[in-house]
Amino acid sequence: MNAGTAMSGGTAMGDTAVHIQGLRREFSGRRVLDDLDLDIQRGEFVALLGASGAGKTTLLRILGALDRADAGTVLVPTVRTIVFQEPRLVPSKRALGNVAVGLPNTAATRERAERALAEVGLAGHARAWPHTLSGGEAQRVALARALVREPELLLLDEPFAALDALTRLRMQDLVAELCRVHRPAVLLVTHDVDEAVRLADRVAVLRAGRLVTDERITAARPRDLGDPQLSALRRKLLADLGVAPDRRGSTERTGQPVKEAIS
Amino acid sequence: MTADTGVASYPGLVTPRPQIARPRRAAVSVTLRVAGPIALLAAWWAASASGALNPAVLASPQQVASAAWQLWRSGQLQSAVGVSVLRAATGLLFGVSAGLVLGVITGFSRLGEELLDSPLQLLRALPFLSLVPLFMVWFGIGEEARVILIAVATSFPMYVSTAGGVRAVDPRLVEAMRTFGLSRWALVRQVVLPAAMPSLLSGLRLSMTLSVIALIAAEEINTTNGIGFLMAQAQTYSRTDILTVCVLLYGLLGLCVDLIVRGAERLLMPWRPTGARR
Repeated sequence: MNAGTAMSGGTAMGDTAVHIQGLRREFSGRRVLDDLDLDIQRGEFVALLGASGAGKTTLLRILGALDRADAGTVLVPTVRTIVFQEPRLVPSKRALGNVAVGLPNTAATRERAERALAEVGLAGHARAWPHTLSGGEAQRVALARALVREPELLLLDEPFAALDALTRLRMQDLVAELCRVHRPAVLLVTHDVDEAVRLADRVAVLRAGRLVTDERITAARPRDLGDPQLSALRRKLLADLGVAPDRRGSTERTGQPVKEAIS
Repeated sequence: MTADTGVASYPGLVTPRPQIARPRRAAVSVTLRVAGPIALLAAWWAASASGALNPAVLASPQQVASAAWQLWRSGQLQSAVGVSVLRAATGLLFGVSAGLVLGVITGFSRLGEELLDSPLQLLRALPFLSLVPLFMVWFGIGEEARVILIAVATSFPMYVSTAGGVRAVDPRLVEAMRTFGLSRWALVRQVVLPAAMPSLLSGLRLSMTLSVIALIAAEEINTTNGIGFLMAQAQTYSRTDILTVCVLLYGLLGLCVDLIVRGAERLLMPWRPTGARR
């Protein structure tokens, strides 16, 4: 069930967007990532699940060059962007300025940024200040900022976690649509099993520093979570995350104390 | 790392290179901080020793050191520094307190801002040196005039920084704390002041520096003690060595002030990481 062996056959290496082999990262002696292998193909959408503190975000930060690896090989494309859990917009720049941040200040950039804002449905908010935007709108600006650079690798660090349930569903659809159009390789870090199953081509579970599960999802989109194949996958993923299969109602809770409290 | 072989077989991919500041060792950090002043001192010494610097213009480091030593032995140095520091500290205490209170009022209450801000901005625009003759008329030529002058001079930077800092406190945080039943005073003390602490300390820093400048002006008012008095005497006898000692004393006072504020930063803001951000 190792990710490396699962992916090594068949595909040409020129199609690889991310290659990780033997990755290790320690924090004060604790191995957060331990001999981790993962390959992501170009245009592939991979969701990475894991309990809090499992090292999901650490892996994403290493891919985004925000953290270092202690050992192992990590290869990523040159153009990669991150959408963080919080929007992280510059408060002193308007929405359009935030999308174009870091790009050369030209008319072409402006046009591209405007197009990116339109793509996330915020064409009318180009001149809005970040503090006037709602949580979902701000996160859409952050998404436009990530996509305007046409990344080969898009890193999503729980980008929907701080949104309300309805906005989250809408954002998921938006991300699915934008990824379908732009075809970047995507690594989505999340703890929401439903979200992973809805969006990803492949779902992996990170536990004790390694990928314990690596499943391909072949179901057609848009996906219906009631599909028996998806339900089975969902149960399996929850089990991998340490949630008992007979407690499907509490998908958000991954710890054992819940179980004890109920029994 | 086997990155090179990896790149060969994975065209177009690169190893991510994070730019992460490694924590510097304390010894290295201290050395770097001390290096600047020492280089300055060495340059001064070299210029004096090579004869490039005329002793009538600026005494050599050795002459200055011996002048300082003589002043120390006669006890003049200690008493001058003691008197001056006490003077500056007293003025600073009143000035900073006034600036703090006024700043919190205008920063936190709309009525306060409407009432107080424009007159204070008007007064702030006055150069405090121009007040020296007036203060002599109003308060005489005694100690009060000097302390009041320092207090007035130091209150404005503190006021501006405090008002700005208090205004910049996250209104959502204030709103949240209101719902938990914090009174206005508790809100200011427990939430607003800690949040505005960085501004308060930068205001304090400006005020402390200004207090030394105001001290020099204040000690021109018919003084018979303090560093200013020492300087006035040295000027009369063209003693560049003693003048330099006094200038260095002011510099040292400034340095001490800086250290005090740094220490205060650590004490007053235990929740903040120290050191500059990249």
